[in-house]
Amino acid sequence: MNAFLISRFVSLFSGFVLCALFAGTALGASQVNDRLLMGQKPAARLSEYGLFSGPGLEHPDERVIRYTISNPLFTDYALKDRFLYLPKNAKPASYQTAGVLNFPVGSVLIKTFAYPASFKDLGGPLRKIETRLLVHKKSGWVGYPYVWNDEQTDAALKLAGKRLKVDVIWKSGEKGVISYAVPNKNQCKGCHGDKEKRLAPIGPKIRNLNKTNQSGSGNQIHDLIDRDYIEGPKRDTGDMPKVPFPFNPEEGTLVDRARSYLDGNCAHCHAPGRAADTSGLYLGYLEKREVHWGLDKPPVAAGRGSGGLLVDIDPGHPEKSILVFRMKSNDPGVMMPETGRSMIDKEGVALIEAFIRQLD
Amino acid sequence: MGGKLKNYNIINMLIGFVVVAFLTPAIAFADDIIQVPAGSNAQERLQEALILAEPGQTIQLSEGVYSLTDGLSLDVQDVTVRGMGMDKSVLSFKNQEGGSEGLLITSDGVVLKDFAVEDSKGDAIKAKGVDGIAMIRVRTEWTGGPKATNGAYGLYPVQSKNVYIDGAVAIGASDAGIYVGQSDKIIVRNSRGEFNVAGLEIENSYNADVFDNVMTNNTGGLLVFDLPNLPQQGGHNVRFFRNKSYGNNTDNFAPEGNIVGIVPRGTGMIVMANENVEIFENEFSDNDTMNIVVASYVDDFDDEHYQPTPRKIHIHHNKFGKSGMKHDTGEFGTIVKETVGAPSPDIIWDGVLPIVDYLFFGQDEDDQLAIHDNEHSDGVRPYGNANMIMHVLAPFLHSPDFDASAYQKSYPSLPPVTVTIRGKPAESLVQ
Repeated sequence: MNAFLISRFVSLFSGFVLCALFAGTALGASQVNDRLLMGQKPAARLSEYGLFSGPGLEHPDERVIRYTISNPLFTDYALKDRFLYLPKNAKPASYQTAGVLNFPVGSVLIKTFAYPASFKDLGGPLRKIETRLLVHKKSGWVGYPYVWNDEQTDAALKLAGKRLKVDVIWKSGEKGVISYAVPNKNQCKGCHGDKEKRLAPIGPKIRNLNKTNQSGSGNQIHDLIDRDYIEGPKRDTGDMPKVPFPFNPEEGTLVDRARSYLDGNCAHCHAPGRAADTSGLYLGYLEKREVHWGLDKPPVAAGRGSGGLLVDIDPGHPEKSILVFRMKSNDPGVMMPETGRSMIDKEGVALIEAFIRQLD
Repeated sequence: MGGKLKNYNIINMLIGFVVVAFLTPAIAFADDIIQVPAGSNAQERLQEALILAEPGQTIQLSEGVYSLTDGLSLDVQDVTVRGMGMDKSVLSFKNQEGGSEGLLITSDGVVLKDFAVEDSKGDAIKAKGVDGIAMIRVRTEWTGGPKATNGAYGLYPVQSKNVYIDGAVAIGASDAGIYVGQSDKIIVRNSRGEFNVAGLEIENSYNADVFDNVMTNNTGGLLVFDLPNLPQQGGHNVRFFRNKSYGNNTDNFAPEGNIVGIVPRGTGMIVMANENVEIFENEFSDNDTMNIVVASYVDDFDDEHYQPTPRKIHIHHNKFGKSGMKHDTGEFGTIVKETVGAPSPDIIWDGVLPIVDYLFFGQDEDDQLAIHDNEHSDGVRPYGNANMIMHVLAPFLHSPDFDASAYQKSYPSLPPVTVTIRGKPAESLVQ
C-alpha cells in the first residue's frame, strides 16, 4: 500500500486503528529511525522517527542540531525552533553561496512552531502547535506537517492541514485568539516548490546562517562545518555572504535590512520560477533590477490587492506603495504573504515603511 | 435437510452481507470515482480528497452548496473534479478566511467540469504552471454584482500550456472573467462573460483560438494585451472569431492601479501590443464607447525586450453594429471622443508609434493593420486613426485620419490551435 492509500485508510477509520497500533511501540525511541524517514509512508506520529526523545519530545537526538536564521518568515508571531538532521556518515552539504544548501538524501529539516503562555515572558513554557518536517528522500524532498496534541506529548500527521484557534496573551497583557492555519501538503509546495515544481527547502543558505551561534561562542556555519554538516574549509565570518537581522540597526543599513526582510518573507514565491513570478515582482536579496524589486512597478494581476495604488513601491511614499498596503491587510484576497499568517507583522510593516520613505 | 440448507443459505447471506459491508470502503479506494458530497466539514473532506486523489481518479461533487473556509488546491496530475452542473454543485467561498484563490491547480492534465466557484476572496479558479488544464461548463461568479471588492479573475490559467475552456460562464470579476496569461496553446470557446471589467482577456500569450463566445454587460468585452517585465511576453498568434461582443456598458469597477482600469465603459475589444492577431467573423454592437481599438501599451516601462506597438493586426469579415454614441467620460473614452468623434469609427487605431518612427518613418508596412471585408452600419466610419500623439503634443495641430486605404490588404490566415490534454485532443474531454 502506498502512502496515499495508508492515509486514506487512516482518515476513513478516524486514525484510531493505526494510532493504537503505533502508540505502544514507538514512544521513547532515542535513536533516529532512518528507515522510517526514508520509507514511502510517513509516520502517523512525530515521536516514531526518534528525532526527539523525552516525555514532551523536548530532547533532540545528538545528530539533530538546532540552528537559527537571520531573516525568518513572520508566522503570526509564532516562535520557531529549527533543527537539522543528517544521518551518520552522510556527505555534508557543499559550501555554495548562491542558493539553498544541498543537504544530502537522508537529511531532515525540522521546524517547530510554538507560542508562549504569555508574550510578556518569552522564557516561560511554550505551547507547541505544529512541527513540520522536510525529509530528503531518494525521490526528492517531501513535507509532513505534525500537529501537537493538547497534552504536548506528541504530534500527529495532518496532511490536509488544519485551522486552530490559539489563545495568546500579548506583551500588553491583552488576550487574543489567533486563527492559526497549519498548511496542507499542497500549501507546503506553494512556498517550497522550486523551478521544477519539486519541493525544496527555502531557509538554510550561507547568507542567512552566517551568524553567531546560540551560545555566543562562535559562528554557526563554523559549528556546522565542525560537525561535518557543511563542507569545509572554514572561511572567516567576514568572507562569507550575510544578510542582516532585519530588526537590528547595528547589523546593516536600512536598505539591507529591508531587503533581508523581503528576502525572508517574500522571495520564496516572489522570485523567477517560483509561485508568484507571474507578477514579475522579485524580492530576493540579490535582485538588482529596480523595477523587478518593485520600484515604480505597476501591478499585473493584483486585482483589489492593489488597494487603488499604482505601483508596488512608490519611493518616498509608503502610503502609496502596494507592498505596504498588502502587508498591512489581513483580508485573504489582499494580504501578503497569502499563506502562513492571519495577523499583521507590525514591526515588519514599520521597517518596510521606513525603507520606502527614505527612497527617492 | 431442506430446512438446514435454508438456514445455511441465510447464514451465508449474512456472512456475505457483513463481508460486503466491511469491504465497501476498501472497494471505494480502488474505484476511480471518489464521492465527496456537500455537507458539514466540506473544507476538510474536499481538501483531503484533493490531496489523496491518485492520477486518473475523479472527484465527484454532489448537488448542493459546499461552504468553504480556506482556499482549495489540487496538485495531483490527471485528476477530474466533476459536479452535477454549474448551477447545482457550488463551491461557496463566502466564509473564506485564508487562501488567495478559491481553487488552485498546480498539476498537469486536470479536468474541471460542471460546477461553480462563488464569492472567493481573490481569484476564483487559478491554474499555474501546468501542461493541460480543461475547464468545461464551469461557472465562476461573485454573487453581489460588479464590485471593486470582488476577486480579480474568474477562470485564470497562467504560465500554462494546453489550456482548454469550453462552455464556461464568468460573472462579476473585478479584472477579467476569463483570463489566460503567459500561456501557450489555448482554446476558449462557447463561453459567456457578463458584468466583469473585462469579459475575456488573453495576455502575454502565444497561439490562442478564441471563438463562439458571448461577451455582454462587461466594461470591455474582449481584450488581448501584452505587458512588460514578465517572464513570458511578446504575445502573438491569437485568433478571435465568431464571438459576439455587444452592450458592454458596465462602469469600470476595477480597483485603481490595475491595467484593466484603463478600459472605457462600452468597449467591444482592445488589442494592446501583440503581434499577429486575427479578428474575423465576430459581431460587435451597442458598445457605448467603441467597437474595436488597436493601441500601444500606455504606461512608461523599463524593459528593453518589450515591444509596446501592436503589429500585424488583421481584422476582416466582422459585422459591426452601431456603437460609440455615448462615450465613457474617463481618460481613454474622452480622448477617443475628442480625437475621432461620435459615433466612433468601428476600428480605431491610436496611431501611437515609437517617436522616431512616428515623426519620420511611419510604421513598417509589413507590420501595419490589415482591414478588409467588414460590414458597417450606415453613417459610421469604418476606420479612424486617432493620432493620439499629436493630440497630446500639439492639440491645435491634431487631426484624425479616416482613410483606411493603406490598410486594405490581407495577411495569411493564422493556423488553428490544437490543444492536447492527457495525450488527447481537448475536445474529446467535453462529454
